[in-house]
Amino acid sequence: MHAWTRRSFMKQGALALVAMGAVPGFVVRSALAQSRSARSKVLVVIFQRGAVDGLSMLVPHGDPEYYGARGNIAIARPSSGEGAIDLDGFFGLHPSLSALEPLWDEGRLAAIHACGSPDATRSHFDAQDYMESGTPGVKSTEDGWLARGLAAMPGPAASPFRAVALGPALPRVLRGDAGAVAMTRLAEFDIRDSAMLAGGLDAKRGFESLYEQGVRDLLYGTGRETFDAVRVLKAAAPQRLPPANGAVYPRGRFGESLRQIAQLIRADVGLEVAFADVGGWDTHAAQGNERGQLALRLKEFGDGLAALDRDLGERMRDVVVLTMSEFGRTVRENGNRGTDHGHGTAMLVLGGAAKGGAVYGRWPGLAREQLHEGRDLAVTTDFRSLFAEVAVRHLGVPRDPLFPGFTTTAYPGVMG
Amino acid sequence: MTGVLLLAGLTVGQAETPLTTTGGAAGLTLPVSPLSDDEQILHALNRLGYGPRPADPARVKALGLATYVEGQLHPDPAPSPVMGEALANYPVLGATTAQLLRDYPRPAADLQRRVANGEVTRQDLREMFPADRRPAAIVAQMQAALVTRAVLSDAQLEERLAQFWFNHFNVFSQKGAVRWMVPAYEREAIRPHVLGSFRELVLATARHPAMLFYLDNWMSTRADLVMPRGPNSPVSALPRLAGRAMGLNENYARELMELHTLGVDGGYTQQDVTEVARCFTGWTIDRPRDDGVYLFRPRAHDSGAKRVLGQVIPAGGGERDGERVIDILVRHPSTARFISAKLARHFVQDDPPRALVERMAATFQQTGGDIRAVMTTLVTSPEFWSRDAYRAKIKTPFDVVASAVRALDGRLVAASGRGAAAAGGGFELAREVGRLGQPLYEAQPPTGYPDRAESWVNTGALLGRMNFALSLAHNRFRGARVPLDALVGSADRGEPAQVLDRLLTVVLHGAATPQTRTVLAAQLESPEITRTTADDRVAKDTDVAKLAALVLGSPEFQRR
Repeated sequence: MHAWTRRSFMKQGALALVAMGAVPGFVVRSALAQSRSARSKVLVVIFQRGAVDGLSMLVPHGDPEYYGARGNIAIARPSSGEGAIDLDGFFGLHPSLSALEPLWDEGRLAAIHACGSPDATRSHFDAQDYMESGTPGVKSTEDGWLARGLAAMPGPAASPFRAVALGPALPRVLRGDAGAVAMTRLAEFDIRDSAMLAGGLDAKRGFESLYEQGVRDLLYGTGRETFDAVRVLKAAAPQRLPPANGAVYPRGRFGESLRQIAQLIRADVGLEVAFADVGGWDTHAAQGNERGQLALRLKEFGDGLAALDRDLGERMRDVVVLTMSEFGRTVRENGNRGTDHGHGTAMLVLGGAAKGGAVYGRWPGLAREQLHEGRDLAVTTDFRSLFAEVAVRHLGVPRDPLFPGFTTTAYPGVMG
Repeated sequence: MTGVLLLAGLTVGQAETPLTTTGGAAGLTLPVSPLSDDEQILHALNRLGYGPRPADPARVKALGLATYVEGQLHPDPAPSPVMGEALANYPVLGATTAQLLRDYPRPAADLQRRVANGEVTRQDLREMFPADRRPAAIVAQMQAALVTRAVLSDAQLEERLAQFWFNHFNVFSQKGAVRWMVPAYEREAIRPHVLGSFRELVLATARHPAMLFYLDNWMSTRADLVMPRGPNSPVSALPRLAGRAMGLNENYARELMELHTLGVDGGYTQQDVTEVARCFTGWTIDRPRDDGVYLFRPRAHDSGAKRVLGQVIPAGGGERDGERVIDILVRHPSTARFISAKLARHFVQDDPPRALVERMAATFQQTGGDIRAVMTTLVTSPEFWSRDAYRAKIKTPFDVVASAVRALDGRLVAASGRGAAAAGGGFELAREVGRLGQPLYEAQPPTGYPDRAESWVNTGALLGRMNFALSLAHNRFRGARVPLDALVGSADRGEPAQVLDRLLTVVLHGAATPQTRTVLAAQLESPEITRTTADDRVAKDTDVAKLAALVLGSPEFQRR
């Protein structure tokens, strides 16, 4: 059995009342407002599961080897009109990411290339696991780096919505002692007991009592957190907030996740970390170039991030979005006009606190002798130094517990 | 012998169905266990299957636990009449890929273009392709059938293993042509081997179009192949590929070693991945969008010599190269350990005892991968019947839904007014499994769904389980009806304490902790527990549905 320790809520003042018992909504809202008197910082983490082709997302059109390695799937030069959107004369955004161009111009979007893991695995599952546990090469780590960071962060009032993952299951990165919540739809986050209207036993109270008993193991601990969370959400009612500033989210699960993250931020439920993932990046065949399979995924991705930024407006000063993917893809196109599992890839940092308008990291080059194992983009920035910079400098979490055994030599410098 | 003796007065549907099957009388010897007899019976029903129906413990007791377990290891191939009738609602189960491509056609590209141009309206399209003829109906039927089988089948272990092995050799139904191939994949590649030879299982999945498509091997060729043009071209269905230079695709080779056989730490290198991929070149699909059957194409095969895990595979082996790879992999000690550990994680506990895994691995190696023999080592081990293993597994969403319907002796019913495709009642239950986080046949990664508690326990998921309990117990859930009156039986509905005792017996079979019993008893103090009707001449009536929902939503019911 696991020695699974669940965080005991450390609640103080009015927020404790909210979590402990039935309190009128207006009291709750004022309690929540108080608890964020120093407006809390929020980190939104987006995982592109399946290994995004960084060389298509952030195109090194200035590298002399790029077009030679990719006969059918290269993204055309910016000069061609329909090709990459030039950023700095060397790198360009995939044209499907055009919604992000204004953010780059305003200095709120930074990118880092040739980023990844020191572990050479080409297994999606191991590499995702390492990127979420924060311990490349070590599988026995039980918790995720975001959970470790939050658990170690001093804070007077921890909200049950401190860490939220959009989706039915809690991702590895938030497993641990942070009391994270997984949810698919905010509006359905309650006991739905229509029979109560007709009288009869209060099922919600009954379920709650069942989980108040017993040892604080995984099941009982989670049960108690569930009812704290239901109360807070009911009071704040984030699901009633329509997108602001004319933001339009792309249709589908990813857009829906981002829309709800924005609602949680705007409703001030005490969110500090939000997580969403988006799949479809494992383009082994018929990847496409400016158009096609990958272009469609990138459009949804870029449009979603841009909609979140627009929806949150001024609030983006306190929000940073960090994107990641477990590894990149082979530099050379494979026999099916796709790419196979590679090594280094590109990641994005978006938000008011980002030192945007620049591509960070050392570019290792695409000539054969410059490649990892002669085939993949080399990693010149350990993902842990990027994640540590964002988590420490934006959220203010202590550095030590994030990545055990890793001593950051220098941050990449993406945070202003 | 029926449950009437143990649960006096309880009327139970299907009590006449025999529990087993063709178990040989050779006699399985179970080890001495610290668990009580009743606990052992409950453990077997929860672990080898999807939980007890109300009368099951008494029936197993009458039959003898060892005989029951042995029967589960040797299931009767013929479905019970009840299940046969229920499964007849899902015609895709028996259909070939070619039939499905014909009966559930993908709207042609030309038609899609005409819809986009407005020449054909969406309304026209809906009439041409009614909901129960769309490709999505294939997976919906498969999902419904899987829940139906878990609820109704007497061969409970076989069902659990079918799901286990599908998940082990996972394919994602939403990738390209896979959805038309999923029924044949489960029927031909998985189910015949769930208690059979592991080698045959690997081989059947390796050759199956669903796996070849899902992990891209069907497109993997020798490095220097250029696809021929013309009507007889292997890629005539994909004219874009004609004349194109093909090449190696490593996706299947890697997952075959990492996930299907050796395990990620099983001792292979990137070089082995490339060599294995070369061995499987030419294992492809004949016209994947037409009839979708396996085909070996010598022209696409890399005929050179290969070296896999130190063993030389000589040049010119052709189709045999892939079979030799499978032989090497299934004989490798890493495979015996990896498969044994995964089975033990599923059937014993999340972190299974090392000694048990080693003994199972020894059986695996001695028998050349006989799954029934490995399972026999498992179910006759002291570890399986230990106190540590008892109720140690947290139910997955699928477990919760199937076991809840079984616990309340539920009957699957058709949701009304939704046409023939709604028949059978499995659709709604399957959709609930999806809402709780485990959409069936829709796990995207080749790992399938995780098999550890922390993947399934979180606040959102628990709320979903409680809401399902409420809806099912109140008979508000479309797709299943639960006979609350029969469950309560002779207990006096005017006496809440009697009703609670009865529900705890019927649903949890003695597994309720004292705390849960106390909490539920405290609910009985609530004035709302008995509903008075406007007409006070009618006796007070305990809110049985709500009490049953609380029991189904309790922490105890989340374990098996």
